[in-house]
Amino acid sequence: MIEQDWVHGFIGGLMIGGAAALYLLVNGRIMGASGILGGLLDGTERGLWAERLSFLAALILVPVLIVPLYTVVDTHLTQNWAVIVAGGLLTGIGTRLANGCTSGHGVCGISRLAPRGIVSTVFYILAGGLTVALFRHVLGVI
Amino acid sequence: MLRNLFAALSGGLFGAGLLVSGMVDTTKVQGWLDVFGNWDPTLAFVMGGAILPMALAWRVAARRGVSRLGTPIPARAEPRLDHNLIIGSVLFGAGWGLAGLCPGPALASLSFGGWGGALFLLAMGAGMVAAPAIRRRIDRLPA
Repeated sequence: MIEQDWVHGFIGGLMIGGAAALYLLVNGRIMGASGILGGLLDGTERGLWAERLSFLAALILVPVLIVPLYTVVDTHLTQNWAVIVAGGLLTGIGTRLANGCTSGHGVCGISRLAPRGIVSTVFYILAGGLTVALFRHVLGVI
Repeated sequence: MLRNLFAALSGGLFGAGLLVSGMVDTTKVQGWLDVFGNWDPTLAFVMGGAILPMALAWRVAARRGVSRLGTPIPARAEPRLDHNLIIGSVLFGAGWGLAGLCPGPALASLSFGGWGGALFLLAMGAGMVAAPAIRRRIDRLPA
């Protein structure tokens, strides 16, 4: 069962990388979820709004079509609202300060061997690992 | 128009890939980060799978110089490791660890993520709106 998760992960990964390749080779842009949403929210490069909105609309709506193919789809997100709000705020502030998240710095940056992408990915994985260790194994909140 | 169509194709494929890969499931993400618990390596397979086609794409892009629709390929960012990059990455990592969602999956799961997913997205959006003011403060820090 665990191996099957890895296979699905790899296939899904190929799709994510394919989406990023399409956005780069056709539109000439880096596919970063935080950059596309954040740019729309704070008005960075205002002229790109239609392209960004099209990307986000499909990102939200296509899963609606696929979800019925699965018997169970659950994000298993915590029910603790304080953790959700803190996690969301930190993710929003952090990705905009760093100018990228898992898709922009991770997928697009590492594949280009971009120093900033690699450094960012190392730091957010380390910080994430420490956070889970602290909040799960020491404090027991998540 | 063509530009918006291809943006939508890319966004849709991204959303489908996030679903297929299981990265909309916070237990898999937190499982990857949980090296002291029941460690789950799935995320590494997702990253590997995503980096392969994208590494090819960068090679093609470097040869062509412009995209199919005539936009110059984004230049390499200067390899400058500033305060914002490090502080931002650490804050993002903390948020990612707490909730197990990053921006892509948070958006892709909006239709089935319930009130919690919507609340996360709202808080994330608020954080994004607040970020430029925080960036200006960080820019004033001594190097």
